[in-house]
Amino acid sequence: MKGFWHDAVEFFPILMSGVALTIVVTIGSLLLSTALGLIWAMMRVSGIKALSMLSASLINVIRGIPIIVLLFYLYFVMPDLGVTLSALQAAILGLGIAYSAYQAENFRAGIEAIDKGQIEAAQSIGMGWWLTMRRVVLPQAVRIVLPPYGNVMIMMLKDSSQASTITVAELALQGKLIASSTFKNTNVFTMVALMYLTMSIPLILLVRHFEKRAGKK
Amino acid sequence: MIELNDVHKSFGQVEVLKGITASVQKGEVVCIIGPSGSGKSTILRCINGLESYDRGEISVEGLKVDRDASSIVNIRTQVSMVFQRFNLFPHRTVLENVIEGPLFVKKEPRAQVYERGRALLARVGLAEKADVHPPQLSGGQQQRVAIARALAMQPKAILFDEPTSALDPELVGDVLGVMRKLADDGMTMVVVTHEMGFARDVADRVLFIDGGVIVEQGPAKALLNQPQHPRTQDFLRRVLHPL
Repeated sequence: MKGFWHDAVEFFPILMSGVALTIVVTIGSLLLSTALGLIWAMMRVSGIKALSMLSASLINVIRGIPIIVLLFYLYFVMPDLGVTLSALQAAILGLGIAYSAYQAENFRAGIEAIDKGQIEAAQSIGMGWWLTMRRVVLPQAVRIVLPPYGNVMIMMLKDSSQASTITVAELALQGKLIASSTFKNTNVFTMVALMYLTMSIPLILLVRHFEKRAGKK
Repeated sequence: MIELNDVHKSFGQVEVLKGITASVQKGEVVCIIGPSGSGKSTILRCINGLESYDRGEISVEGLKVDRDASSIVNIRTQVSMVFQRFNLFPHRTVLENVIEGPLFVKKEPRAQVYERGRALLARVGLAEKADVHPPQLSGGQQQRVAIARALAMQPKAILFDEPTSALDPELVGDVLGVMRKLADDGMTMVVVTHEMGFARDVADRVLFIDGGVIVEQGPAKALLNQPQHPRTQDFLRRVLHPL
């Protein structure tokens, strides 16, 4: 750990540029996975058999492919099919799709946890499927869904490091580049680890807050 | 205004309604009594399309009840329902529960809906609870909110599915009081209940249902005081004199 503080000061700006990309990838794929997950979950609970089965198979396919393979596919294979994505686009798309499966299952569990009487009450005042979802089911499901959603956020933050495998210069890749050019493995990777931890802590606190709120009811 | 003609309904292998034929006139209060599992609640749930039925026909003011047709929304806005377990929306305030239907389903003007919502809460004796959330209320209060929510739709009839069965005994009176006032005001009501006193005093007609068929029906006082069918006699004896 010799000269840790000296190295820390020197490498900090480069690592911070990695942090910026890490945050972009995380937020981008979080938004995408949330939107896709919501769509899969809605299809799943729509009561229309074709949609429900389509969603179930999509989720299984996505769950069955490692994130890293999905990333390779988007970044290295898609150009052969005439679709060229930048590394950043491929990373956000890949992580977003990969995590949409987990988001969907989480959302579905939340929706299905709502008392059936709530849905009947909504129907009895003339609400259709969509209005029942929007006004009655989803607002109540949010409370149930938020704690696991927070955990997904933490996992996504860490899994954004997989974008390094397709040349996105986020925190992990920046660390690796510095380390391999300076041989200061210990100092550099300790810094990288601390920076991930620093970003995770607010999320961990957020999850705890969500859990307390969900528990209160 | 509500007509049931030879209605059959099965859950899997079990036939719960075996040919129900009945009608409810405008302004009439009809109580449905009978043992648990006899199909009483299922009848109500079929009338406003919460359940489908297999055979026969149900119509409300000449409009056929078909839960897969878009007309079901029309029927549900005309025939409200009050549930045994209240089923209020816990994430909305009492007033928001009451105005939800008129505001978002019937799309009535906001100011008018709020005004009517508050008036209805006053009518069920809960004006001062408008801004609290349902879980903070007693069961009896929640059920009165549910009645206000049903009334807010300005329905032509209200279906009550054992409205007092989930209440502590000392809270039953408040809810029955509100229902009696509604009956006095001429509301068409179909009430599944075990409250024989309410049935005798408030109902125009009583249907006794057992095993998915109407065993006996008639004017409330006559049926409850001098039941003709042995099964009705047996049921009433058990309910009125459990010891």
